[in-house]
This record gives sequence, C-alpha cells and structure tokens, in this order.
Amino acid sequence: MLSRKRNLIPFVFLILLFVATITAEWWLPVSPSVMDSGLRLMAPSSENWFGTDHFGRDLFGQTIVAARVSLLVGFTVALLSTVLGTITGLLAGYYKRLDSIIMRIIDGMLAFPSLLLALALVAALGGSVTNIIIALTFSFWPVITRVVRSSVLQVKTIQYVEAAKTSGVKDPVILARYILPNILSPIIVQGTFIFARSILAEAALSFLGVGVEPSIPTWGNMLQESQIYITLAPWFSIFPGIFIVMTVLALNLLGDGLRDAFDPYAKGKKKARKRLFKQKKQYAS
Amino acid sequence: MLEINNLKAYIDTPDGIVKAVDGVSFSIKAGETIGIVGESGSGKSVLAHSLMQLNPKPPVFYPQGEILFEGKNLLQLKEKELRKIRGNEIAMVYQDPMSSLNPVLKIGDQLMEAILTHNPMTKSEARQRAIELLTDVGIPDPKKRLNAYPHQFSGGMRQRVLIAIALACNPKVLIADEPTTALDVTIQAQILELMKRIQEKYGTAIIIISHDLGVIAQMAEKVLVMYSGRIVEKGNVEEIFYQTAMPYTWSLLRSLPRIDSEAHERLLSIEGQPPNLMNPPSGCNFHPRCPFATEQCKLVDPELTERSADHAAACILSEAEFEEAKKRIETKDQERGQGHD
Amino acid sequence: MLHYTLRRLVAIIPVLFIVSIIVFMIIHLTPGNPAFLILGEDSSPEAVEQLEQQLGLDKPKVVQYVDWVGNIVTGDLGASIYSEQPVSEIIGERIGATFSLMVVAMLITLLIAIPTAIFIVWKRNTVMDPLFLSGSLLGTSIPEFWLALLLVLGLGVAIPIFPVAGYVPISEGIGDWLHHLLLPGLVLAFVEIGLIARMLRDSMLESLNQDYTKTARGKGVKESTVLVRHVLANALIPTTTVIGLTVAGLLGGTVIAETIFTIPGIGQLLIDSIHRRDYPVIQGVVLFIACVYVLVNLIVDLLYAFLDPRIRYD
Repeated sequence: MLSRKRNLIPFVFLILLFVATITAEWWLPVSPSVMDSGLRLMAPSSENWFGTDHFGRDLFGQTIVAARVSLLVGFTVALLSTVLGTITGLLAGYYKRLDSIIMRIIDGMLAFPSLLLALALVAALGGSVTNIIIALTFSFWPVITRVVRSSVLQVKTIQYVEAAKTSGVKDPVILARYILPNILSPIIVQGTFIFARSILAEAALSFLGVGVEPSIPTWGNMLQESQIYITLAPWFSIFPGIFIVMTVLALNLLGDGLRDAFDPYAKGKKKARKRLFKQKKQYAS
Repeated sequence: MLEINNLKAYIDTPDGIVKAVDGVSFSIKAGETIGIVGESGSGKSVLAHSLMQLNPKPPVFYPQGEILFEGKNLLQLKEKELRKIRGNEIAMVYQDPMSSLNPVLKIGDQLMEAILTHNPMTKSEARQRAIELLTDVGIPDPKKRLNAYPHQFSGGMRQRVLIAIALACNPKVLIADEPTTALDVTIQAQILELMKRIQEKYGTAIIIISHDLGVIAQMAEKVLVMYSGRIVEKGNVEEIFYQTAMPYTWSLLRSLPRIDSEAHERLLSIEGQPPNLMNPPSGCNFHPRCPFATEQCKLVDPELTERSADHAAACILSEAEFEEAKKRIETKDQERGQGHD
Repeated sequence: MLHYTLRRLVAIIPVLFIVSIIVFMIIHLTPGNPAFLILGEDSSPEAVEQLEQQLGLDKPKVVQYVDWVGNIVTGDLGASIYSEQPVSEIIGERIGATFSLMVVAMLITLLIAIPTAIFIVWKRNTVMDPLFLSGSLLGTSIPEFWLALLLVLGLGVAIPIFPVAGYVPISEGIGDWLHHLLLPGLVLAFVEIGLIARMLRDSMLESLNQDYTKTARGKGVKESTVLVRHVLANALIPTTTVIGLTVAGLLGGTVIAETIFTIPGIGQLLIDSIHRRDYPVIQGVVLFIACVYVLVNLIVDLLYAFLDPRIRYD
C-alpha cells in the first residue's frame, strides 16, 4: 500500500509536467518567446515568477516549454534502448552461439563511460535532437542487454520453458510468450532509470554546447546560456536546474518504487521485514 | 556460578511477538555440564544467545527475569561491562563453523583478537598464547597455521579454532550451541571428546545445546528439555532417559536411532510441527502433538513440578498414568510393526 | 591467481577490438565528406584532396582501419588538424591536470563515502538510515554541471574561498594545486559519494548478519571494532568492483568539471576538439579514455581477487 502511494506522487508529478509543457501556449500568462529589452535579467517577481533572461524573456515559461524536448529525448531514448536491449538480450540469453558475439560487442561498448560514448557519437554525427537520441540510445542500450540477458538465463532453466521447448514450440513463440512476460519487470525498472539518466545526459551535452541546437529550448541549453550570467542573475541557472532535479528524482523514485512493487523481497520496509524474519527464524531455533 | 531465573526473551516481529524464551530457570556450577535439548524452533538458541546477551536488540527484548553471573544481573549491565564478561568469563562455540570465522582475516589474527581484547599482553605474547591454544585443541603445526585463512581449514578444524577462540581467556562458562550439528559423525565425536578433555583440564562449566539426545547423553550430567520456549522436563541424564516423565521427552527418545536395536526398526519422528510461538495453543503447548493428550490437556497449562529430588516435569499425567499410556502405545506399535513385516 | 590474471588479460582483447572499431568509426559516421567538413564549405578541391590523402580517406575502409590500428600500436595517434601537433603529445601535455582532478575526486569520494557508510550502519536502527537512502537518491538526481554552477556561486562568488577557474600544476606547490582542485573535485565526487556509500551500506548490512560478526561480538570486542575490522573489511571487497564504475563516472564527469572550471585537461581538450572538428584529436582522446577505463577495470578485478583470500589462494 505504502509503495503504491510512494509511486503515485512522482507519477502524478511527471504527468502534470507533461500536460503542462504540451499545453503551455494555452495557459502561460507570459509568452516565453517575447523579448523585451527593458526587462533583461530581472529577478523573480509576481509578473515573471522565475525572473527573465538576457533577452528579457520570461524564464518560467521557458522552463516549462523546455521540458518538451527534455522529456521527448528522455522518453525516446528509454523506449529505443529498452526495445533494442530487450531484443539483443533475448538473443544473447537464449542462443548460446550468439551469446559470445553479442556480449563481446556489448562489453566493448560498455568500455566507454556512457557520457563519453555519447560525446564521441555526437562529435561524429553533429548536434541535433535526432542525433542526441541516437547517441544516447547507443550509450544506454548495452545496459538493458545485460539485464535482459541475465534474466533470460535465469528464466530459461525454469521447467515450463524447458517443457515448451521439448514439446516443439517454436523459438520465437517461446521467447515472446514464455520468457518475455517473466522478465518484463526488470526491463521496465531499468527503462525508467534510463529515462532519468537520458534527461541528465541530454542536459549535460547541451550544456557543453554539443547537444541539441541552441535555438531549441531545453533545460541544458538554458543552463548553457545562463552560465555567464551566474553572478548577475543566479535565478537564470537555479530554476531550470531545480526542474531537472525534480524530474530526474521523480523518475528515480518511480524506478525504485516499481522495483519494490515487482519484487516481493525488495528494498526498504520489505527488506527490513525479511531481515527481521530471517533473524527470527535463526534465533527461534 | 550462573543462575537464570524466570528468563523471558521475546522477539518483536512485524507479525507479532514471538515468545522464544518464556520463563526459563536453571543454574550451573563450575565443572558441571548441562545439556539443553529440543527441536529447532524450541527457543534454545535464543536462550543460549541470551546468556551472552548476543541477541540483536531490537528485535529481541527481555521483559522479565534475570541472568545472574557471580551475583551480577547481565540483563542490567551496561554494554561496556558486558563486553568484559563476553569472551572472557562466558564464551560461546557456534553452530556453523563454516561461516563463523571471518573469511578475510587470518586464523591467528582472529584468535589473537580474542586474547588481546581481555588480556594486557604484547603481540608476541598473544602469539605464543595462540600457539598454545591451537595445540590444546589439537591443530597440527599451529605456528604455521596461524597465518592460514579459514577457507584453508576443514569444518572440523574450523570448529577446533572456534573452540580455541572461546577458550582464549579461560572462561568460567562455555556455551556450545549445536557445536557438532554441521560436522561428520567421526569429527563430531572428536569435537565432543575435545570439549570433555578441556573441561577436565580447566574446570569449565559447559552448557551444551543440541537437538541430538545422543550428544547430550554423551556430554551432560543434567538435562533440560525445551519445548516452545519453556523447560518441560529437567533432571539428571539417567532420570531423563530412564524415568521419562513428560510425553515430549519420551517422543524425542523414541525418535533416536538405536544402534542396539534391529536394523529394520522404523525411525519414529514426532508428528506435527512445533507450535507457532506467536499464537501458542491453549492449555499445554504440546497437546496437539501429544499421543497421550486428554481433553484436560487442552485446558490446563501444566507447571514444572517435582517428581523426585532433582527431577521435574511439566505434565498433568501422574507417573502411573504415564506408564500405562506408554505401554498402550508401545504394544500398538509392536502390532503394527509385526503386521508390516 | 596467475591463471586468473591471464584469463582476465585475454578477455580484454575482444573488448579493445570493439573499442578500436567504435573509435575508428567516429570519423566515418560524419554525414558527407569528412575532409570537406573539416576544412569548411568554401575550401578548394585541391585542399580537400590533400587532406583526404593525409588522413588516408581515399583508401578502402578495411585498409584504413588496419593502417590506423597499426599506427596506434606503434604509439602514433596521428596529428591534430588544428595545431598539427602529434595527438599523443597533446594528450601527454593535458593528462596531468585530468589525472590530478581524478585523484582528488577519488580521495574526496572515499574519504566521505566510507565514514558515511560506517556511520549509517552504526545508526541503522534510527531515522538516519531512511534519511540517508533518500539523500543518496537525491544525490544521483542532481546534474553535475548544475551543482558546479551552484558551488561556483556559493563558494567562489558569494563566499569566495575557492578559485572558480584555472589549474596549478602540483610542481608549483601542493597547497595551491589542491586549492584549485577541491571545488571541481567535489563536483565530480558528489554523485559517486552517494553511489559508493549506498553500495557499502548495503554490503555492510549484509555482512552484519553473518555468523562471523556474532563470533566477533562473542569475543567481547568493541562494537566499533566489530564494524570496522570485521564488517567493513568484508564489505569493502565487493565494493572495490564499484570503484571501476566510479572511475567511469569520474572520467565522464571530468569533461564537465574541466569545462566549467577551465582546467586544461583532456576533457576540455575533447570538447574544444569537437567544436573544432579536429577528428584525430577526438579519436585519440576517446580511445585513450576508453583504454584507461578498460585498464582500471582490469586492475580492479585483479585487486578484488587479491583482496579476497578465498580467490587469492586458489
């Protein structure tokens, strides 16, 4: 029950943010694209809640609108990595012959710190929303492959999978109907964490000036622009950052909560309970 | 020397309170050996750990009773004073030698730690003492073995090391919690032999805890039979074995494999499960599994009553009633056994 | 142990092969003619042709790859298009700053994470533990570069106790060196502290439930000795594996920290080179970092085996 409530708060936050950002044009009191040279770098006020930037644009509106690309990149990367990682992980875990080839490639890809691999790819492809998505997907899907593969290896030996195999069920059917449903939970959990990490990575790349085109508002781009005004207008840097932290934290909490919900012996309260139970058994003898 | 009065040790679990030890009293003198016997789940391990105050708190707590060691109540001592007793005056040998030694520390370091904690010595003196101890417990080439790691030892050897650790400060009381359960039969005998020898040499009082009546018979002079956190029968070994006065003890004895009996005799295990300590049955705790249970047993919770000078049992059956009931069951068994052949 | 070492050494060969292919592809993934891209829109066909020859872009891909790997093996990473200086030389000049930063960050991480974990395990039955868990989750949710901005604002501008930019080599005084690296080091360490402390806490709690902990308590040893000598000693072994991951995090983060605090290390070099489209340098730096990472993981694995007597003596 508690874990449900714990999942609800970050989930509601993410939904609200999503709705707020796609409907921003309809409800924002001050348009984020209107420049006003008389209002440059103004501190937060009742008019401009988060203050204004160096062009006099409203920062609250910008922060809300910037969520679009950040969420888009994060979600797409999470989705693509999950799909690619699941396919490769299933193949590696199920077919012994493919295993060594796939895992060598995965190990090679994991030999790069993930931000570095993304940087290298962006260097090659050039910065754009699509390229960032490609670069980050490439950096993150090996993580899913590993998780899926080890889950498949566990599930594969369960009796009913063996039984299906001997009774002549075709491999694709076994993979899709017998194995996949059993390993969905770690995939969803990891996918949530990758969503969070992609938002951080996109922001970092944009901040470094090698990410999304500077003309597109993202939290990373806002922070990149704010950098030189840090002493003059600290609010310019603070608010977009807070939004990144809240969004990423919400996703991390959701991932943690989902893990607990899927795993009866998971962390937190339940783990303590299990530990207590173990002690009880140990000492009651 | 060690006196336990009406000790209660409860475990606070999320599902409720487990009365692991529920009003246990006994005492032990120097050089004496007491055996505590019972199935797993009878609370004997919690009892053993209580005597050292080694139960994790929480979840274990002690609502009542006292553990008097040389006049001091261990339940009221501060952690610092307890530490002076632990390993020094009262020491313990544990159930699982395979996991009871720290895998990343050398045997010598673990042994010397026990020595140096309570004795103001130099390292080389402690080293000397460690070699003596290892020799004492029968470890060959002790000087070299000090530098070995636990995984390089067999189970029996590790138990010897653990005994050496327990003996490091010449404790007055040695608690052995299922010391041979994890070992092979031949090694078992060696370890028990070792403990006896050490007792003779140092006059240590030993409390040996086991589910195995064979071990108890070999080691102890006095026996306490534990069931669901309570002592249900206590007395000298002979009284427990030959003048059994409690059906539970009798069932335990019947479940012993007998070397002198004919090979095809069935092993009789006690039917049913030990009671749920969170929600014990009404009346006598043993009645759901007791072959002699009457309607009366569901209502009355029998006290531990004296049968003779040192012998006491918690059962409402009188001696005569018990004898008669025993005979009834034994003849029935024999008939069944014959039919089986 | 020798057998294990050999096995681990052999296992990195395919990894290095994949790494080299990925790094090689950086230049060939660029849309259009790389030479044209490097020289700019208004370059003459002759110049493009010359650069193509210089980079070997006119040959078949397989030949290019073999040549390239051959050069790397002999230590030749090519030359910068921008400064025409050999890449290995540029990396050599820059590595000191990056290495210094990583060492400082690693020290900060361990100096904070280990005592924190011990403290949390010591206070495990209090509110400190859930507080710590929430804290470490929050810690992993904060972008490093944003934290860096806040620290610059707080400790560099508002209360100016740390320099906000620049780097002083250790040869010019260890105090000055450290003074310049503390703030960026703290930024780098921040995320890792949470991760390592969390890992260590988990494995200490696991170790706390083991029988040998009970044996130690039964000796009458002080609780602090139990926690450090017995519990921590066992918990640190599995935690060493995480140090490999930490190095990865630090290597990624160093790009950000060096850029913000203008430290002339290889991270800053990488970003500058990306902006300049100086592909040989990009390839050199990426390859170098990946190799360092592979090497660190190898060392960590061997260290793990060495620390655990059960493996060491097998």
